[in-house]
Amino acid sequence: MAIALRPAEAKQLTGIELMGHLYRRAGFGATRDQLEAALARGYEATVEELLHPENAPPLEEDVIFRFYPDMKEARQIDPAQSLWVYRMINTRRPLEEKMALFWHHLFATGFAKLNHAKVMTNQIAMFRKYALSDFRTLLVEISRDPAMIFWLDNHTNTKRVHNENYGRELLELFSMGIGNYTEDDVKNCARAFTGWSLKPTIPAAQPYGRFDWEFEFRPDLHDYGEKVFLGERGNFDGTDIIDIIVRQPATAQFVAMRLYTYFVSDEPDQAAIDELTAVYKESRYDIRSMMRSLLMSDDFRSEKAYYAKVKSPAEHVAGIMRLVEDFTFPKHGIRDIALECRYMGQDLMNPPSVEGWHVGKEWIDTGILVERINFAAAQVGDIDKPGVRKIIDRLRAMGELTPEELVDACVHLMGPLRIREVTRTALVDFASKGGNLRLERGDRAAEQRVGEMLSMIVATREFQLV
Amino acid sequence: MSTVQKQPTLVVLQLTGGNDALNTIVPYGDGLYYDNRRTVRIPEEEVLPIDNRFGFHPAMRAIKPFWDEGKMAIIAGVGYPNPNYSHFRSMDIWYTCEPDKIATDGWLGKAVREIDPRAENVLTAVNFGRGLPRALSLAGVPVASVAQLDSYGLLTSLSSVSQRQSALEVFSCLYDDGWNDQGLSPTETLEPARSGDEVLRYMGQTGLDAQKGADILRTALGKYHSDVHYPKNPIAENLKGIAQVKLAGLGTRVFYTSHGTFDTHATQLPTHAKLWQEVSEGIAAFFEDLHAHDAADDVMLLIWSEFGRRVKDNGAGTDHGAGSVALILGEHVKGGMYSEYPSLKQSDLTLGNLKYNVDFRSTYATILDRWMQIEAEPIVNGKFEEFAIV
Repeated sequence: MAIALRPAEAKQLTGIELMGHLYRRAGFGATRDQLEAALARGYEATVEELLHPENAPPLEEDVIFRFYPDMKEARQIDPAQSLWVYRMINTRRPLEEKMALFWHHLFATGFAKLNHAKVMTNQIAMFRKYALSDFRTLLVEISRDPAMIFWLDNHTNTKRVHNENYGRELLELFSMGIGNYTEDDVKNCARAFTGWSLKPTIPAAQPYGRFDWEFEFRPDLHDYGEKVFLGERGNFDGTDIIDIIVRQPATAQFVAMRLYTYFVSDEPDQAAIDELTAVYKESRYDIRSMMRSLLMSDDFRSEKAYYAKVKSPAEHVAGIMRLVEDFTFPKHGIRDIALECRYMGQDLMNPPSVEGWHVGKEWIDTGILVERINFAAAQVGDIDKPGVRKIIDRLRAMGELTPEELVDACVHLMGPLRIREVTRTALVDFASKGGNLRLERGDRAAEQRVGEMLSMIVATREFQLV
Repeated sequence: MSTVQKQPTLVVLQLTGGNDALNTIVPYGDGLYYDNRRTVRIPEEEVLPIDNRFGFHPAMRAIKPFWDEGKMAIIAGVGYPNPNYSHFRSMDIWYTCEPDKIATDGWLGKAVREIDPRAENVLTAVNFGRGLPRALSLAGVPVASVAQLDSYGLLTSLSSVSQRQSALEVFSCLYDDGWNDQGLSPTETLEPARSGDEVLRYMGQTGLDAQKGADILRTALGKYHSDVHYPKNPIAENLKGIAQVKLAGLGTRVFYTSHGTFDTHATQLPTHAKLWQEVSEGIAAFFEDLHAHDAADDVMLLIWSEFGRRVKDNGAGTDHGAGSVALILGEHVKGGMYSEYPSLKQSDLTLGNLKYNVDFRSTYATILDRWMQIEAEPIVNGKFEEFAIV
């Protein structure tokens, strides 16, 4: 498929900058060693690798659960969030995990109402499983997902009493967007999903309890009558409705727009969206094909997309942990790391509403900026973290460093990050207070200066971007 | 009361998710209420009566004394033309006072700009909770957003005092490069124009505000002493935070917080009761605390929700509706019902929903003009009838 020509000023990224960009956007970041290895394989080969997570080994859940038995039960939200953040830090399938987060942003379901973390964990696992499948499958799976059914009350949607909640949000927030359907379409959509219910896998005293739930179709509660939906007439059930939805041009635009704004830029480019829309139609709603087109596009690889989005808290937390290479195996304290996302305004598996999180600038306010900086500074300022030690080793190999050289080297090793001249000047001022740096082996005080330098770098505005 | 208040302060409490107005101010004297609410109803004997027609939800026991003492205004049937049943759209309408177009400037943001046009006090508005509601959002208006008062500060991991001091000095440079307040568009600066520029500029101001706010807020905790017991739940804790900042006398004029979710499509009866109990007990403790410090005089509290719920229940809960209810509490509030309660007659309903009979912008205009003493018209985007509640 032809790639539209972009304006000449949209310079293209190359080399390690491009590779760092790819791993931050299509994953949760990578260490310098990983980036260098990917560079040797080439960009296109790396994209293909990301697009086929099934070729990389999954995380061994039995090992995780041996150390963290509470995550297996996941009766509470904290261990469920901890498991997910652990996965983000350690996944060998970065795009699969990133897509799971993307689908969670889109099909936002919340623990607050469910009071059942295990079904949220199951839902995220479903997103992982179908991360790069087709949009029709995803809509069918989310409509059958017990957590979603309970979240939007579809278990109370019966032929006798219609509950429109799921039917409405399916159209408004999960596919076409407001303005592309009527109130009658909402009602008929809701009717088609009557009887799409859930049941506990183990009969329990309470109707839903905290045992796993599964989808249950209740023919006795289903409205088999004729429905008119988006101008089509028939005895539709939910699957028929989804078939109609995925064929709508509005849905194609919606999916393209959501992928573009999540992975490329908050400022949609209609030409690029149209290109993705075409791929959606040609590939029969295939997300993998859309993601290939997106990651290979000039837009994604352009300077304009480089550090042009605000990092979400999950990206920030997982990215920092991957950088410092901590929690690479199960150990005590993962909960404290996972809860940081909550403190920064992204309570995973518990979004503020079915709309998900407001992104971009709205990730940042005074309180959250304080949380982001303090967390990151504490991590990179700890010179005993394996990833920080590796940075120190690379710096040592460079010999004696002037304050300018120290700043430039640290900034380059942390991304590479792109900072403005004014930021660099302030950082050099900070570095200058200690003069030139010579990292003799075992000189903790000198190493500590590196830790402080890294702390100041994560405190910059530029570091809040992705 | 006629005393002129020097520092009228507004506390806004948002009930997120769409509070069921019919089960808040219950029209228990109207048979139609019980006809429509076969399950999700408050039995007559449980209602806390206002008169022989209306009464409070029993979980509102802790704030009923405000009514009894004539310090609570009830605005029933509050809404706007062509009700929108989407939470987000409806909230945005209430946040921005723009029912017919998408807007981003928040009404309280605009009010804060009036109070402090040069943004001299970064604590003129303080939000308690995570993230900023659009009501407070307006470019150039700093709002401190505090999750927890006691852990507020920057670069706390730097161990030695001198290191931290020099880091904080550099932090100021990192966030204040003269780039924030020149009012230049990105293309006019020396830096290349990129979509991230607007965000960097915003972050610059946010970072400086955070630093300044943290320095000042740290003083609030030290000054606060109280014997008042607040219940342990998020809204009570947020209200306590508001009391602490208010009592520290930092010049804050607008406080914001929220509680929820009131989106009770199912299991409404226990959920709604629990939420209102938390809200009511939190508010009672909050005012008790202010009274104990002789500081209740200049505080007005507004409680609102983006919409009410469907007149007929769905068997276990209620779906999105219209006709919300707003409550205004305070020492200077003249208590009473300030609007006609919407009719429940079938012929008076729209799509099964109550018809609003008073515009939410009337409520805002009343508060701005009569309490905050700020000209309401440019903030609420028009002229609206006002109530004589102050």
